[in-house]
Amino acid sequence: MNNIFVYIEIEEGKVADVSLELLTKGRELASTLGVSLDAVVLGEGLAGIEKELAKYGADTVWVADDKTFAPFRTLPHTAVLCGLIEQEKPQIVLFGATCIGRDFAPRVSSALHSGLTADCTQLVIGDHKDPKSGKEYTDLLYQIRPAFGGNIIATIVNPDCRPQMATVREGVMRKEYAAQPGKGEVKAIGWQKFVKDSDLAVRIVERQIEERKIDIKGAGIIVAGGYGMGSKENFRLVHELADVLGGEVGASRAAVDAGFTEHARQVGQTGVTVRPKLYIACGISGQIQHTAGMDQSSMVISINSDPEAPINKIADYAITGDVNDIIPKMIKYYKQNSK
Amino acid sequence: MKKQLKIVVLAKQVPDTRNVGKDAMTPEGTVNRAALPAIFNPEDLNALEMALSLKDRIEGATVRILTMGPQRAADIIRDAMFRGADGGYLLSGREFAGSDTLATSYALSCALRKIGPDVIIAGRQAIDGDTAQVGPQVAEKLGLPQVTYAEEIVEIKDSSLVIKRRLSCGTEVVECPVPAVVTVNASAPECRPRNARRVMKFKCALAASEIAAAPDSETARRAAEKPYLQIVEFAAADVDPDPQQLGLTGSPTKVKKIENVVFQAKEAKRLTAADEEINSLMVELIASHTLG
Repeated sequence: MNNIFVYIEIEEGKVADVSLELLTKGRELASTLGVSLDAVVLGEGLAGIEKELAKYGADTVWVADDKTFAPFRTLPHTAVLCGLIEQEKPQIVLFGATCIGRDFAPRVSSALHSGLTADCTQLVIGDHKDPKSGKEYTDLLYQIRPAFGGNIIATIVNPDCRPQMATVREGVMRKEYAAQPGKGEVKAIGWQKFVKDSDLAVRIVERQIEERKIDIKGAGIIVAGGYGMGSKENFRLVHELADVLGGEVGASRAAVDAGFTEHARQVGQTGVTVRPKLYIACGISGQIQHTAGMDQSSMVISINSDPEAPINKIADYAITGDVNDIIPKMIKYYKQNSK
Repeated sequence: MKKQLKIVVLAKQVPDTRNVGKDAMTPEGTVNRAALPAIFNPEDLNALEMALSLKDRIEGATVRILTMGPQRAADIIRDAMFRGADGGYLLSGREFAGSDTLATSYALSCALRKIGPDVIIAGRQAIDGDTAQVGPQVAEKLGLPQVTYAEEIVEIKDSSLVIKRRLSCGTEVVECPVPAVVTVNASAPECRPRNARRVMKFKCALAASEIAAAPDSETARRAAEKPYLQIVEFAAADVDPDPQQLGLTGSPTKVKKIENVVFQAKEAKRLTAADEEINSLMVELIASHTLG
């Protein structure tokens, strides 16, 4: 039986959250298919890393531990992953849709001539019948993602090429210890035979790590503003309400594109995915591109001048009216009642 | 860096999915492409600027656009010429229809082999798919190194470029030998505007099929006379592809199902902006410990 591979990303010496989320999902898919789950780690100073990966269900941990692989460089990582995939022939390979995953997963797909679906929001096993040839396939990976600016949801399959590859953004899947830990058996990758001299052509001159200043993922309360806020000045109201409520500020893509706020605050398919206990959407129409990143919030309050705005369909409370009128009132009555 | 450096910018004409209006979906729930304006993919404009600034710094360098698409995609080649590009290539044909990212990359790589550029610069991703796959896939098909998320070309050396990249965790400066593929982030400098003189000079630039469509028009006659007004047009056969790798046949990913976005119906409590309603909402949220 062909295994499932999860590419494990190392972020400043630690396993990235997105990789643990993918292991959790990979474990579920592997159990459905009755195959084992392999983690693939390329980096330096990786001794003992299998312990954490096993907790998330990794049966085998493939390791290439050498200075060649840290910091990340496209060509050596591509060469080793392609080599290992050809050697082990996994049926599915999952990557985080990060700076690293989105950089080299397309190269791997191009080299192996196999399909890659970017930024999936769901991964499910299912059957498929080709509408033209009538050929039937069992147990394919359904790669589900919003497309076309989020106006449609597409289910993509790779019927004939292997492996089936997908990237998933951080925070989209849940991270959970496996009910039964994997064996976490370490296997060294014979990487020397995969890496050519020409793969070392790009040289890293300098790296500057900046702390991620804005991180809205863990916030319990998010007040998000959309294009309907009208201007950068009005967007300050969103900050004021967030400050008063002890929350973080989020934004829709339209608000970010309009320059109301910075990209790090963007919620949605091309931003971050959040699950706060309270999400207040101010002047956000509710395109799927946005709601894909927040529809698992425990409670949603929408403020919109359009009573038919799509966001109201997923809202628990839909306030119809002008954001510039309603937000100051919310601040006022919160202050009055919270004492 | 060598003189006569050939820079090719990969660009795409895309529907403007950022400004989706009420009529963007048909009553049947499919995407109404006609209602969406076709634009120059935003990050491809950042890529064009990076190419033009490289041209400014290297004597004799040229910048040309390569785009795959229908005849009307020649619009973005003209737009690029108005902004400073020397010309462009339109890769067009039914064979390319239904291409996924891999089949697209293959087709572009075939055209690039014909063109033989020294530096290939592309936007990081297109707004209609947001996949960011085509740049790296083209690089792999051509066996070239890649530098993704580029923000600035810091230094031009004899046979390499020093490039600053924007990552989620900070920045990185890399030195990459050419030929290479560079993909450019939206955080890179914006593209210079159209230049009025260049608009006058290049407004009659046409692709061969556009000339053929209206051979007696004044613009077609002018374009036919002056080589600098001719946008090179490649049909599939012109770039010697393996037909098995083109279009739908060459696409390993298949769309199984398209769903329109239908929100799960959930009854929202409707409120107005009236003071007493906002007040009771805040009281309720505080009482339920949702707030505070």
